[in-house]
Amino acid sequence: MLRFTKDHEWLRVDGDIATVGITPFAQEKLGDLVFIELPSVGATLDKGAVAATVESVKAAADVYAPVAGEVVAVNGRLAEQPGLVNAEPTGNGWLFKMKPADTSDVDDLLDEEAYNGLTAAA
Amino acid sequence: MGQPQSRVELKGTPLHASHVRLGARMVPFAGYEMPVQYSSGIVKEHLHTRAAAGLFDVSHMGQIALRPRSGRIVDAVRALEALLPGDVLGLAAGRQRYTTLTNGEGGILDDLMVSNHGDHLMLVVNAARKVVDETHLRSHLSQSCIVEPLLDRALVALQGPAAEAVLAALAPELRALRFMDVCSVALLDTTCSVSRSGYTGEDGFEISLAAEAAEVLWDALLHNPLVAPIGLGARDSLRLEAGLCLYGADLDETTTPVEAALEWTIAKGRRAGGERAGGFPGAQAILGQLVSGVARRRVGLRPEGRAPVRAGAPLFGSEGDPAPVGVVTSGGFAVSLNVPIAMGYVPPGAATPGTRIFTEIRGKRLAVIVSNLPFVPTRYKHR
Repeated sequence: MLRFTKDHEWLRVDGDIATVGITPFAQEKLGDLVFIELPSVGATLDKGAVAATVESVKAAADVYAPVAGEVVAVNGRLAEQPGLVNAEPTGNGWLFKMKPADTSDVDDLLDEEAYNGLTAAA
Repeated sequence: MGQPQSRVELKGTPLHASHVRLGARMVPFAGYEMPVQYSSGIVKEHLHTRAAAGLFDVSHMGQIALRPRSGRIVDAVRALEALLPGDVLGLAAGRQRYTTLTNGEGGILDDLMVSNHGDHLMLVVNAARKVVDETHLRSHLSQSCIVEPLLDRALVALQGPAAEAVLAALAPELRALRFMDVCSVALLDTTCSVSRSGYTGEDGFEISLAAEAAEVLWDALLHNPLVAPIGLGARDSLRLEAGLCLYGADLDETTTPVEAALEWTIAKGRRAGGERAGGFPGAQAILGQLVSGVARRRVGLRPEGRAPVRAGAPLFGSEGDPAPVGVVTSGGFAVSLNVPIAMGYVPPGAATPGTRIFTEIRGKRLAVIVSNLPFVPTRYKHR
């Protein structure tokens, strides 16, 4: 099940690992992405810290860590194919995986219905 | 990642409804609500313009007629030459030229196109500078000219290698235009003023016509499968590849034409020793810089890595220098080259192409190489 932040990140928990990306709404707003800066594997992030930067032709946007935790993997394909984030934002366009410090943080995130309500109003 | 909400009352161009119908994403720009991109997105729009033909609504730009009160064009020409360092006297009827209005310190009030229409001059100025320009022109030229902003005109640009074929289908005589020629021509029974010019580095045309006729021409051009509508996003990435300046980013009132590497717009005859030397605002500063040089120059920049370097990023002479020596004024991604590119100002000692300098992004020093402009060769039709 996908969880969401109001800043348009999504998070999917599988065991004790959470995969993070940006939402279809966010990639649509940003337009064609040309560069993705990812965190270092091993980095420890606070909840809400800048974890990655996604850049379109026009502008750069920060991606925040939805929960606190350690980065355990990054999507290496994005170095050559940043457009994957546009094409498959919740699939092959994932950004990084983290090990949440406290799994109860995940429960504080929005569910799909709440997130969709947020973007419908935007 | 939300969009900032503007409380400013925005104007629409005569083509506003067309943009909305085409599914454009509309954004505030210089007091107008303008299309930043259509449904295909900036990358496809950019590449389409380089491969076929892109259609741009640039009706937000200012179109100003200068009509000599005497009825003699030379009086408008002489009056305008007192406000800019270009050669307007040598501009034949049916020709257009790029130039800059300057202030007393030699700074650039605006960059613009001037064309000679036989009995009057036409200026095309930046949207964000319309008010400043009109005030400036009125205060200096009202004795000799009627300064007439054309508020009921649209301006559309058709740019790219297929532009000639597309427009010639409506008016075959347009094939004969060379780069920077202007002429009056009927397109779909509407009299238009067409110049062979643009802001993409491609061959192409800019078409000025009555606002009420704009939609018919716009729709007819889009009906050609070679033509796609292009928003301001790709307009910016195209002009940056072509090394063209954006007022407010690369040029402002504190930047002189010599600093901006626009000395080619300063006519021989207006330079020291020329037959009409000086006689424009800031002449002393600008002509002095032509002789003794400047403290900073606009250059092209190519980041070594993949990260785009944006306007405002500092430039450092070496990886460890604490103080910046320059600044990036335009930066983004060269869609045609698939690499980041930028322009900025550096001291003359760092302005030689090939010089390796540094910028700082998100706290990290990154190497950038000073490069020749344009990044993508221009394809103007000179003959």
